[in-house]
Amino acid sequence: MLEGLVALLPQVIFDGLLLGFVYAMIALGYTMVYGVLELINFAHSEIFMIGAVVGVEVFRYLGPAIPNGIVVLLLALLLGAIISGLMAMVVERLAYRPLRARGTTNRLVPLITAIGVSFVLQDVVRFIEGLWHNEFKLQMRVIPPLDGNFTFLTVFVQYKALILILVSLLMLFGLNYLVNRTKLGTAIRAVAQDMSTARLMGINPDVIISRTFLIGGALGGVAGVLFAVQYSTIDPYVGFFPGLKAFTAAVLGGIGNITGAMVGGLVLGQLETLSGTYLPTLTGGNFGTEYKDVIAFLILILLLLFRPQGLLGQVVKEKV
Amino acid sequence: MKRLGIVALGVFALGLASAQSNVIKIATQSPLSGGQAALGEQIKLGAQLAVEEAQARFQKLGFRLELAPYDDQANPDTGVANANRIINDPDILGVVGHLNSGVAIPSSEVYARVNLVMVSPANTNPRVTDRGLSNVNRICGRDDVQGPAGAEFAVKDLKAKRIFVIHDKTAYGQGLAENFRKRALALGAEIPNSAFVGTEEKSNFATLITQIQAFRPDLIYFGGIYDQVGPFAKQLRERGIRVPILGGDGLDASEYERLAGADAAKDTYFTTVAGPISQFPKAAKFAQDFRAKFGKNAEGFGVYAYDAANVIISAIETAIKQSGGKKPSRQLVAQRVRLVKLSGLTGEIEFNSKGDIKVADYFVIHLDTGKYAEQKLLKKVSIAAPR
Repeated sequence: MLEGLVALLPQVIFDGLLLGFVYAMIALGYTMVYGVLELINFAHSEIFMIGAVVGVEVFRYLGPAIPNGIVVLLLALLLGAIISGLMAMVVERLAYRPLRARGTTNRLVPLITAIGVSFVLQDVVRFIEGLWHNEFKLQMRVIPPLDGNFTFLTVFVQYKALILILVSLLMLFGLNYLVNRTKLGTAIRAVAQDMSTARLMGINPDVIISRTFLIGGALGGVAGVLFAVQYSTIDPYVGFFPGLKAFTAAVLGGIGNITGAMVGGLVLGQLETLSGTYLPTLTGGNFGTEYKDVIAFLILILLLLFRPQGLLGQVVKEKV
Repeated sequence: MKRLGIVALGVFALGLASAQSNVIKIATQSPLSGGQAALGEQIKLGAQLAVEEAQARFQKLGFRLELAPYDDQANPDTGVANANRIINDPDILGVVGHLNSGVAIPSSEVYARVNLVMVSPANTNPRVTDRGLSNVNRICGRDDVQGPAGAEFAVKDLKAKRIFVIHDKTAYGQGLAENFRKRALALGAEIPNSAFVGTEEKSNFATLITQIQAFRPDLIYFGGIYDQVGPFAKQLRERGIRVPILGGDGLDASEYERLAGADAAKDTYFTTVAGPISQFPKAAKFAQDFRAKFGKNAEGFGVYAYDAANVIISAIETAIKQSGGKKPSRQLVAQRVRLVKLSGLTGEIEFNSKGDIKVADYFVIHLDTGKYAEQKLLKKVSIAAPR
């Protein structure tokens, strides 16, 4: 069996790459918000999930009407980005900004709020889907051109997988450009470095923070749509594990660093897929696929022991 | 002294209250929300139909019979919390449930504290009755028979030699898969340790599928429930792997077809303890009433829940007579359930000393077109419960 698995190594790496890009896309949202607010926005998992649900609904309603799957996908990505982005903005406005306005200095308070928001969003979506379709498990419609496939050097590739990789690379470059080359990006970086000085320079931090959530949420929404297209079956709780792992990926890459989030996601995706595939065979079935997370996170702990700032993170001096 | 008086008064008032109540309730516990709600709802609705049919008879005896549905969310913690609420409602004299063995086992221990009887339409894990609780009964088969029955079918009928076994790490799925594997190995099939895998994953099955590609099995056995096996089947077929899938009664739901897609659901076989409605000649009227009342089709577990509720109802009726027309104790109802002899829609119901139905039916079903409604019954065997 091991020889068979070795022959399939390119396939395993490709699967890991896909999973890694999913983590990376979600990690971008975590890392942006952390960079600006030093807040771990756990509700981001649910922003991602909302994107996935929007994706399923767009395909459900527009799929039969529009024969071209690519057009439907583009619409789904657009709507997913808009709805998730707005949702992230609303969450920031209703849950986090009031805490900031009261001058809460304890970092744990917004963190707990984020966890609470996350639960609320899960059950709100469950409730809406329950009323709307009486469904818990949502099923992506089969989309002919996207489900098409070819085999390249023993690797089974679906067109939708290529789209996932393409879109996430576009997101990475786009985000890097936005943050480093545009006025808005400069403002975001200014607020991240020092909120009160940024204010003195005529920047309204609240507006910039709100935009940051909008962008991070939109990226999460796009990731959600692509996740639903790739893995077909989702439910209102589907965000939890990818979200947790994306957060880990962000930390691994160096939280606050955009390229780092991408690298962290890809590393974690590979670790998880490789250990999930080879562990049972290598240990004679004593450690099954279910230990993939244990192995992946063990390696992660080791990595962080030697590089606590993450792979691409910089050691920052305490803000004064 | 004064305090004692108040306590005495309280106890008196309580006694008065319970003596006056002429309401008898039968509770159901099954997942009504979440990924397994489709099966759980069948259990609730089947029991509801039985209760509504019996209401007139109870009226004559001077009681109002009601259904008290609870949602256990397929989650052991929720099941136990509900069980605690159930035992504190003195009007509840019996429980129809659960869907999941992993939920039924801890919850039934709560019912046992007050001798509240549980009749299960669906729990197949051997431990449900093997604990010897006097309040626990089931009218369906057991996994230590269902798993081996599946193995016999796999090796003898499907001629499978190399089998890849997956389970969902729950009491139900893992128990079923282990029993399947034991018998399949004894029959000469090849299932090395590395081809016996547990997973809780519900969306991305890539790592499992690669292992399956490398192992090149003739059959995949999945001890799990449709909400996990459906997406798995879909991704497996997308990869171009057309190896047949065999599972247990957890696949016995039309939701499986929806989640896998009819094309990917092709060549799925499953064993079940709840046969298709068409198998039971007496159930035609039930199916009609069910459809008329609830606007959806009755599936296997609906009929079994109907029978399970009727077991409790008939035991309560005898118990009422035995206590001279008064509301019987939970203890008495539990005793009467064990002695029930009932000719239900699913067959003759009689319990052995452990609470297992004496002879249970096991069915092997083939979804050859992938459509749940067009399923084919390949085999029906009646096997006595193991001692």
